[in-house]
Amino acid sequence: MRSPFLLSPDEPKAGGLPAGQHHYLKIRNLSVVFDGFVAVDKVNLDVSQGDLRFLIGPNGAGKTTVIDAITGLVPASGSVNHTGTEILGRKVHQIARLGVGRTFQTASVFENLSVLQNLDIAAGSGRRALELLRRRRKTEPAVEEAMELVGLGHLAEKQAGVLSHGQKQWLEIGMLLVQNSDLLLLDEPIAGMSQDERIETGQLLRKIGASRITLVIEHDMDFVREFATSVTVLAAGKVLSEGSVAEVQADRRVQEVYLGSAKEGGE
Amino acid sequence: MELLIGQMFAGLSLGSVLLLAALGLSLTFGQMGVINMAHGEFMMAGAYTAFVVQRSVSDAGISLLVSIPVGFLVGGLMGLVLEAVHLRRMYHRPMDTLLVTFGVALILQQVARDVFGAPSVDVRAPAWLQGNVELLGSPIPLTRLFILILSLLCLAALAFLLRGTSLGRRIRAVVLNRDLAESSGISTRRTDQLTFFIGSGLAGIAGVAVTLIGSTSPYLGTNYIVDAFLVVVAGGVGQIKGAVIAAFSLGVLQSALEFSTTASIGKVLILVLIVVFLQLRPQGIFSLKTRSLA
Amino acid sequence: MREFVASRWGVRAGSVLAVVLLLVVAPSMLSVFSLGLLGKFICFAIVAVGIGLAWGRGGMLTLGQGVFFGLGAYIMAMHMKLADASLFGGTGVPDFMSLYGSGDVPGWWEPFRSPAVTLLAVALVPGLVALLLGLAVFKRRVKGAYFAILSQALAAAFAVLLIGQQATTGGSNGLSGFRSFFGFDLQDPANKVMLYSIAVIVLLMMMAAARQLMHSRFGELLVAVRDQEERVRFLGYDPATVKTVVYVLAAAMAGIAGALFVPIVGIVSPADVGVVPSIAFLIGVAIGGRATLLGPVLGALGVAVAQTSLASSFPSFWVYFQGLLFVLVIGFLPGGVASVPRALANLLKQGARTEADRSTGAFSAKSGVPQRAPDGLDVSTGPIREEASR
Repeated sequence: MRSPFLLSPDEPKAGGLPAGQHHYLKIRNLSVVFDGFVAVDKVNLDVSQGDLRFLIGPNGAGKTTVIDAITGLVPASGSVNHTGTEILGRKVHQIARLGVGRTFQTASVFENLSVLQNLDIAAGSGRRALELLRRRRKTEPAVEEAMELVGLGHLAEKQAGVLSHGQKQWLEIGMLLVQNSDLLLLDEPIAGMSQDERIETGQLLRKIGASRITLVIEHDMDFVREFATSVTVLAAGKVLSEGSVAEVQADRRVQEVYLGSAKEGGE
Repeated sequence: MELLIGQMFAGLSLGSVLLLAALGLSLTFGQMGVINMAHGEFMMAGAYTAFVVQRSVSDAGISLLVSIPVGFLVGGLMGLVLEAVHLRRMYHRPMDTLLVTFGVALILQQVARDVFGAPSVDVRAPAWLQGNVELLGSPIPLTRLFILILSLLCLAALAFLLRGTSLGRRIRAVVLNRDLAESSGISTRRTDQLTFFIGSGLAGIAGVAVTLIGSTSPYLGTNYIVDAFLVVVAGGVGQIKGAVIAAFSLGVLQSALEFSTTASIGKVLILVLIVVFLQLRPQGIFSLKTRSLA
Repeated sequence: MREFVASRWGVRAGSVLAVVLLLVVAPSMLSVFSLGLLGKFICFAIVAVGIGLAWGRGGMLTLGQGVFFGLGAYIMAMHMKLADASLFGGTGVPDFMSLYGSGDVPGWWEPFRSPAVTLLAVALVPGLVALLLGLAVFKRRVKGAYFAILSQALAAAFAVLLIGQQATTGGSNGLSGFRSFFGFDLQDPANKVMLYSIAVIVLLMMMAAARQLMHSRFGELLVAVRDQEERVRFLGYDPATVKTVVYVLAAAMAGIAGALFVPIVGIVSPADVGVVPSIAFLIGVAIGGRATLLGPVLGALGVAVAQTSLASSFPSFWVYFQGLLFVLVIGFLPGGVASVPRALANLLKQGARTEADRSTGAFSAKSGVPQRAPDGLDVSTGPIREEASR
């Protein structure tokens, strides 16, 4: 455990933390090609620690593929630099060990294990063999803290399979936290959530986003308006526009893309 | 040289039997994820069909020609029953189908032992398949040539079925995306049944074919099932092209290795080769949906 | 918690009871012959402990455990043959070799003259084979059915190899006619009781090891790998390592069981190691409850007892029965007998909800999660699906 403290007192803001040494994600010329189809086309993207960046765009824009490329799931060309370390070309589990964590559109937690066990596994990729072969005696402080933070403290011994959809998503976010990821990649974290759950999730993201690099894929524009500190718009594999929510919404090209896809019946 | 061609041809005919067996396996595995260990026993049923038909039709030539469609029907119906009674409830846990169908295989073998006896029986080859044909100066048994042609005909028929008919389009749609196929109005239930019928029927034909090159015993299926599965693994699931290449390579390789080493070491070498091959080409084996990992 | 969890005192009491029953009551009640049978069953139970770990907890359908069992058995048999030949024949050449072969001991037999090498090799050689296959298969992400088929092909190839090498492995007759075990006379009933006791102690040790593993963090990780292998990668673990470790452990257990089997039963032949015996190891595990600790052991013992009592008098009926067991247990009770109380309780509680699947765990990952309908052009999944059908 590098630090038992999962939160910083700051609020996220566009551009990230003002001064001092901080973490960043720097993507240059990222391209993903599937059998001749260019899914991601020379994308450049910079996100700083403390910035809550939302990645939006019509269906098929390549948003999830960008995250897949960063996490090593699909082969890509270009460069993905995480605070000085090139992560492109490494294996999935090696990238995860470099502090890159992600969630999936459909929450994927270990349904046969308890909430506590889920978090304990997420916290333990650095454990030594001997430690792994022993029984878990007490809960690590970071696990305890994460459990409270995502509001699952009272469900520690519950099997993850019986959690509600929203609770599973929160558990996944909790797993990212104890995993000690400083680069969080969230793929539609509020899909399928009730209005109350959305607000709670948004507040959670603001809490944890202040001290981390956060990239969130989201469709719900109300949610984006309320919680994003900056937005990148992706369309047809390319970065179309970038800036604050207001700036992006004022961008005519963005309006065209969304209206265009609406005309075709995409949204 | 003569020996080489003879050995080569023995490999090709072994490959054709493997191909007939593997085509059906590949179909059902690719479409439903079912690993049917009883597939070998469907072959055995086809072989005993040839035996029974020959006892009632004395002319060996006619009985062979009758046995082929009847063997297809027998194998196909057995597959249909298995699918309907048990497997359709188990599509969500494919690994367990392997063990269930192994149980079915045990039962079918014992039925064969109880009905036909444990010792092997022989099916006479018709007169017009006795003898050899000259190929580049070396004698090729007509029976082996017949098996090769039979498997190529079945292959052509299957390829036409998959590419040229609406049933084939439905099968391919279900293989690619079962949920989408269902929601676009394809009855996956019916398609599954037909696939199982055809795949198992092909095993029946394979069984009829092997009676020409060997004797028939309750253990016939066990002898072929592992190799047929290896063909599916090496060739790639649901891929006819892959199955063809893998079956013939495996057949020829097996004869060649048995020729140069011994049969037993040949078997081990082939397994090692397949594992090495999977190191180079694990594609088609690794599948993953990225948006959800569930 | 889902699995069998007893309190510390419960476990201690159970262990003491098992020790007393198996080590005190059984030897005093049973004839030497029956004790030998029970010893043989206990060897199968040791294999079952490993299968329970690899298959029940790890989700690896190991269809080739007969190979590892056979490796352990043949290594021990080779040592005993060599030792007998030196002790009684004086020539140092096992009897069957002069019958079928050149009368020379092949080089690869020689290391097993040493008792120490033999004792190490019965666990290490199977472990090494499993390590090679495991790394080759799991590191390349070959999994599920492919692993099962490859492990089965290994069993088939191993049996064929043994049969083919008549002069050096005894061919289909196998190796038999042992007279001594590390200097102990195998005819002496006292030594037979000793062999049986060793098997019991080994079984209890393996169960203790399996229990520790199941309850450790590694055990939790193993279940996570079984249910969501890909997800584990994103947490920074390499699932291939986790699976290989357990596969090697299961192989070593099977090897040790094989090494005990030979002196107790007095023969090992290809019929004990091929495709069919390899799969037969699984049915007891499935009946007892594949994901539990006690289930595989009790299941394996139960099936072995049933087989011995039925197969000799009604051989044909036994095969039908065995076939039906596979069909019915795997088909309708995938959690095994261990899941019956829970299944009943659930049935009473919430009616038709099928909890039987959940208790074995391996397949429930999909059931509860609503799959998202494909939305528009689904670029990220398209090519990968294509790859799956390649």
